[in-house]
Amino acid sequence: MRYEMRFSGSGGQGVILASVIVAEAAVAAGLEAVQSQSYGPEARGGMCKAETVLSREQIWFSKVTKPDFLLALTQQSLDKYAQVLADRAVVMIDDGLTVPQGLDKKQVLALPILATARDKVGKLMTANIVAVGAVNRALGLFDEQALREGVRRHIPAGTEELNWKALDEGAALVTEQQAAAFARSLD
Amino acid sequence: MPSELVHKFMRIDHLPHIWCAGCGNGIIMHDVAVALQELIDDPSVPISRDKTVIVSGIGCSSRAAGYLDFDSIHTTHGRAIAFATGIKFARPELEVIVLTGDGDCSAIGGNHLIHAARRNIGLTVVTFNNDIYGMTGGQYSPTTPTGDKATTAPYGNLDRPFDIAQLAAGAGATYTARGSAYHARETTELIKQGVLHKGFSLIDVYSVCPTYYGRKNGKGGAVEMLQWQKEHMVPAAAYYAMSEEARRDKVLVGVLSHTEHPEYTQQYTGLIERVRAQSGK
Amino acid sequence: MKSKRVLMQGNEACVEGAIAAGMRFYAGYPITPSTEIAERCALRLPEVGGRFIQMEDELASMAAVLGASTAGVKAMTATSGPGFSLKQENIGYGCLAEIPCVIVDVQRSGPSTGLPTSPSQGDYMQARWGTHGDHPVIALSPSSVRETYRLIIRAFNLSEKYRTPVIFLMDEIVGHMREGVALPAPRDLIINKRHISYHDGANKQCYAVPEGEFVPAMKPFGQGERYNITGLAHDVSGFPTNNTDIAGALYTRLMEKIDRNLDDIVRVEEYKLDDADTAVVCFGGTARAVMSAVLEARAAGMKVGMFRPITVWPFPAAHLRARLPGLKRILMVEHNYGQMLLEVQRVAAERVPVGFLGRWDGTVIPPEDILQKLREMEGSAHAE
Repeated sequence: MRYEMRFSGSGGQGVILASVIVAEAAVAAGLEAVQSQSYGPEARGGMCKAETVLSREQIWFSKVTKPDFLLALTQQSLDKYAQVLADRAVVMIDDGLTVPQGLDKKQVLALPILATARDKVGKLMTANIVAVGAVNRALGLFDEQALREGVRRHIPAGTEELNWKALDEGAALVTEQQAAAFARSLD
Repeated sequence: MPSELVHKFMRIDHLPHIWCAGCGNGIIMHDVAVALQELIDDPSVPISRDKTVIVSGIGCSSRAAGYLDFDSIHTTHGRAIAFATGIKFARPELEVIVLTGDGDCSAIGGNHLIHAARRNIGLTVVTFNNDIYGMTGGQYSPTTPTGDKATTAPYGNLDRPFDIAQLAAGAGATYTARGSAYHARETTELIKQGVLHKGFSLIDVYSVCPTYYGRKNGKGGAVEMLQWQKEHMVPAAAYYAMSEEARRDKVLVGVLSHTEHPEYTQQYTGLIERVRAQSGK
Repeated sequence: MKSKRVLMQGNEACVEGAIAAGMRFYAGYPITPSTEIAERCALRLPEVGGRFIQMEDELASMAAVLGASTAGVKAMTATSGPGFSLKQENIGYGCLAEIPCVIVDVQRSGPSTGLPTSPSQGDYMQARWGTHGDHPVIALSPSSVRETYRLIIRAFNLSEKYRTPVIFLMDEIVGHMREGVALPAPRDLIINKRHISYHDGANKQCYAVPEGEFVPAMKPFGQGERYNITGLAHDVSGFPTNNTDIAGALYTRLMEKIDRNLDDIVRVEEYKLDDADTAVVCFGGTARAVMSAVLEARAAGMKVGMFRPITVWPFPAAHLRARLPGLKRILMVEHNYGQMLLEVQRVAAERVPVGFLGRWDGTVIPPEDILQKLREMEGSAHAE
């Protein structure tokens, strides 16, 4: 089965890296993954989206058209990308955002991603890693080893401990009931 | 009878050259050949003929590359310095000499000139500066003096001219000099110093174009134009002995700037060694 | 043993493949969406003893690459739309003077500055006709990260074998896409070394073609050959000539060295065409959506296959012509206003109707649109 994931936010929040890490973890876990991104000319501040497609089989079309999962870290990206979603799509948002009309709140997982990165991990720039920890916990995608391998290949040497903490704090944001409700299988 | 120099360093089966009678380019090519011969024949100088490459662009000047019996490449208009950068950067052990003209190197190729100077890459650039586009029949170039006439300036040239040597020095060239077709011996020495200099060297050599520039501007023929160079261009020793007043209408023949700075390809070789030592490769 | 799979971007695979092919010189100028190629070359080349230089502009980059190649080093540059336009004059120099090198064009949307970060295949015709005058061209186009790695090696091999610049025509879809790849072991790769000859007599027949060959052997500068290279029409000694017989013979040889070796140069991917009544023709990143659509069409009982030129220039005319007898229709799908379409129409020559699905607004054609177009074409055929 093809599983389409979209990561969105504002440039500089690291949503592209989050989607790369999920794809990298998938490869480490022996899955097929294709990652791509689109962006305007702004490296910082503009709206930005990245996409990862996961499957157990060869993936041909590389772009996401109806995401099964959406991460939105800004109101603007949430309002825009919540309009096109697959049935039963999971939408993970920062809990500071307002759920737009027409989006079923039962689909939405609102978590204090930015606050956790800032206050508990101690660095706002780890918000994307916090999000990756929460995504993996909520959807039940990869084992811990594959996830850490995915992160390790994309962070500077010497920042491992900080990033493991961000992953753990992200995972801790998702309750067991939520994890049971949102878990997705690629079969 | 061709001289020994011509036999040894020129491709005699491709002579006579295409330049007009009275053109200064043949003298400048001769200066380049003599400079290279003296360096190659000097056992204390590590320059060999087989490791010397002549690069040129497009224009009258650039035909010189084909007459000199070395590895030679006659490239596209304006790009001689960029091709030469590729050759020198790929094989830093090669001695790379660029023969170019005022239009080739300071108009269409101006960007490559200033950036090669900025990098201080070890090229020697000799400009055959004749104040005109000769190959296409006499259009004004970036060194045509203001007010002079050309086929594209029938009412006089409005542009201000470049001083190519000062332009190169301002961009970071670590050796710049000025020669002339008349001052053959001095110019040959300046070219030799430029080749020996480790870094970017430019020798701006004033040529004469009686056919297109001289005739249009009442400068007379080749003899009168060379006579002007004799009277108005002054070798360094005499030039610096003159009063400021006397220098006012004179042009220095000699070194204009000479500084030391690490040469670009050598710096990159150091970078490779550093990276490989760090990565253990 | 298979090497470990890693997630790799198309632009990165382009660099790693080029290094495996022996590329040790890169000159370039930053331009989206090809910049990752320059960045990775800057990082990787010194590690393997190679050299990276960021030139002052696109024209200089192309010139420096040609210079490095004449000095005996396998060289590459990469660019995108506007930069590809700027490089054209010197690409023509490489064609005439027969200087091997690889030019990567990661295509982007629109004429002029257009949509710099959006995908397109609008440089297809430019890859063939971008530089002035009749000239030979080989252009290859990959459709996956994995293929990018292997195909750029082939680009270098063809460039060396035929002494000609090779255009590596990527697009934003593949260039910016990451997927899992297991890089082949070095011993599994075929790498053409430069065909070099030294001292074949009194200095002066450097463009003479040996019996049984179609290009002269190269003589790198700095080895004592003392020969001349020029962008003017030249004789076998490498010197300019105005003799039209000699110039004509040179121009003809340049074209024929490609035209007479199509079996060696042209590669296509043909998928489920043997029983197909419909062929979808596409190249590069567009093939991703086409494969999805073909699989869905097959699942729905439609007899659809894919014809994908991997060598996009010369166009694989003979391969497509061989498929015509079994086909009722062809659909050309490409991210432009209809460029390869012209080649397909030329080959189909009204024996098989050719439909077209193009997009040139910077968005990507999804498989659903292809499927819908296939249904329309089949439906209108039944209605007749």
